[in-house]
Amino acid sequence: MGVEIKVEKINAWYGKTQALFDIDLDVLANHATALIGPSGCGKSTFIRCLNRMHETLPGARVTGRVQIGDLDIYKGTSATQLRRRVGMVFQKPNPFPSMSIYDNVAAGLKLNGFSNRKQTDEIVETALKSSALWDEVKDSLHKQSGASLSGGQQQRLCIARALAVQPEVLLMDEPCSALDPISTGKVEELIFQLKSKYTIVIVTHNMQQAGRVAEFTGFFLLGRMIEFDKTERIFTNPSDKRTEDYVTGRFG
Amino acid sequence: MPNSVRVLQISLRRRVMDRFMTALAALTVLLVLLPLGAIFAYLLYRGFGSISWAFLTQIPKPVGEAGGGMANGIVGTVLILGIASVMGVPLGIGAGIYLSEYGQNRFGDLVRFVADVMNGVPSIVIGIVAYGLVVLRQKHFSAIAGGVALAIMMVPTITRTTEQMLLLVPHALREAAYGLGVPRWRTTLSITLRTATSGVVTGIMLAFARVAGETAPLLFTAFGNQFWNLHANQPTAALSLQIFNYAISPFDEWHRQAWAGALVLIVLIVAAVSAVRIAVSRGTLAGVR
Ligand SMILES: Nc1ncnc2c1ncn2[C@@H]1O[C@H](COP(=O)(O)OP(=O)(O)O)[C@@H](O)[C@H]1O
Ligand SMILES: [Mg+2]
Repeated sequence: MGVEIKVEKINAWYGKTQALFDIDLDVLANHATALIGPSGCGKSTFIRCLNRMHETLPGARVTGRVQIGDLDIYKGTSATQLRRRVGMVFQKPNPFPSMSIYDNVAAGLKLNGFSNRKQTDEIVETALKSSALWDEVKDSLHKQSGASLSGGQQQRLCIARALAVQPEVLLMDEPCSALDPISTGKVEELIFQLKSKYTIVIVTHNMQQAGRVAEFTGFFLLGRMIEFDKTERIFTNPSDKRTEDYVTGRFG
Repeated sequence: MPNSVRVLQISLRRRVMDRFMTALAALTVLLVLLPLGAIFAYLLYRGFGSISWAFLTQIPKPVGEAGGGMANGIVGTVLILGIASVMGVPLGIGAGIYLSEYGQNRFGDLVRFVADVMNGVPSIVIGIVAYGLVVLRQKHFSAIAGGVALAIMMVPTITRTTEQMLLLVPHALREAAYGLGVPRWRTTLSITLRTATSGVVTGIMLAFARVAGETAPLLFTAFGNQFWNLHANQPTAALSLQIFNYAISPFDEWHRQAWAGALVLIVLIVAAVSAVRIAVSRGTLAGVR
């Protein structure tokens, strides 16, 4: 089941440059929350603070508090522990090219020391079904490399890989920006279904997409969160002039 | 000129150019392969006649007696190269991993510099170093000392190629693993290194093939041996040493055997490299380079 996320006063830096300023955000469990805003406004930086991926870059730094479920992620846990509960899907599909489809999905389990064959088989199947890829790959699970799939299939493989670890939260950073419209449709459909089991935070600069998949939307600009509300409200009746300018296409 | 004709002309010129460039590339390949082929052909011509069952299974006969072979040298070479690989390969891979994953600092730069300098050190000097490190201390020559000398030669090559190959692995793959909660060390071994396997193996094979025929570093380390010896701690025969000794001898029979030994050495190296290549490509999947 998904858990809720409470973000308080997150500030983030790349070396001396500050990229995020005092971000507060409450994400409801089992809902999808979209983050929109022009390129470079800090959406990726923010989402990477939620699974402590930001701090893996040299010189990067974060302050503030993030509570995910019962976990105070910057205090009460290690980054690796946290990331098993908070899955991530990246902008560009990044399957492990040296691994079969099966091994890609099982990677999170195997590399974390889980070695029960039968259970792994089941988890892989469930994950591939959840990501709507099962029917397309079930006959070549062990024969085919993850990298030999099409772009859209690769991204669904990456989603399955994230799901196999059985996280509570799924972070998605522009998961469709490298995909064709049909694959995009499939992934969006998927996100819609995954909400029942996971809390989803999705970055997108496609506003229609935010409208289609997310109940809540936050608008970012220059490292600040300008407005956060029900998606419908953000698009039809935003309270901030800058949000309105962005969603009506006047800039960005 | 109508547009379509122009397009046609351009494409004709392009086609000619394309053919020309392809031919040029093929020619350079030929130029590269020619010396290799020539050496191999000449070795076959000079050496093949002297290769016999006896040559492959017997040890040298005393001076003046006909017959005998280089079996001890073949076994010794395999032994010394085995020792060198067991020491040099893990060390080189480890250092390469350090450089690519943790070495973006002054110490890393120093290691890179030392590795590059070591690559240029003449092999005879490396032999002297191994002599000082191992032989003087143990007070006798040995396969281990020879192995140490060759390992010292292998390490810098393996280190630098491993580093380069790991750096080619996209950062996105490391992040994908981190995102699954995989610890950094595990990511390095199971994702980064595994993804770069074929390149890393190529580096190892380069280093291996380079030292496999080395003679100078073995002169006062493994030293050579006219008799059977399987003790890593005793003076040990090596094909390259035997070729050297026989080639500078005044006997025709030994000259013939030196050619045969050279041929066997080349075949052994090609066989070892091919076997590893096949083993590695067996282990990879369809759709993976
Ligand atoms: N690795 C990095 N090093 C330095 N600055 C970065 C790095 N990644 C992003 N930034 C900067 O941080 C700001 C926010 O970037 P990002 O979070 O990627 O924006 P978005 O995902 O909204 O397009 C930008 O000004 C960008 O230049
Ligand atoms: Mg981004």
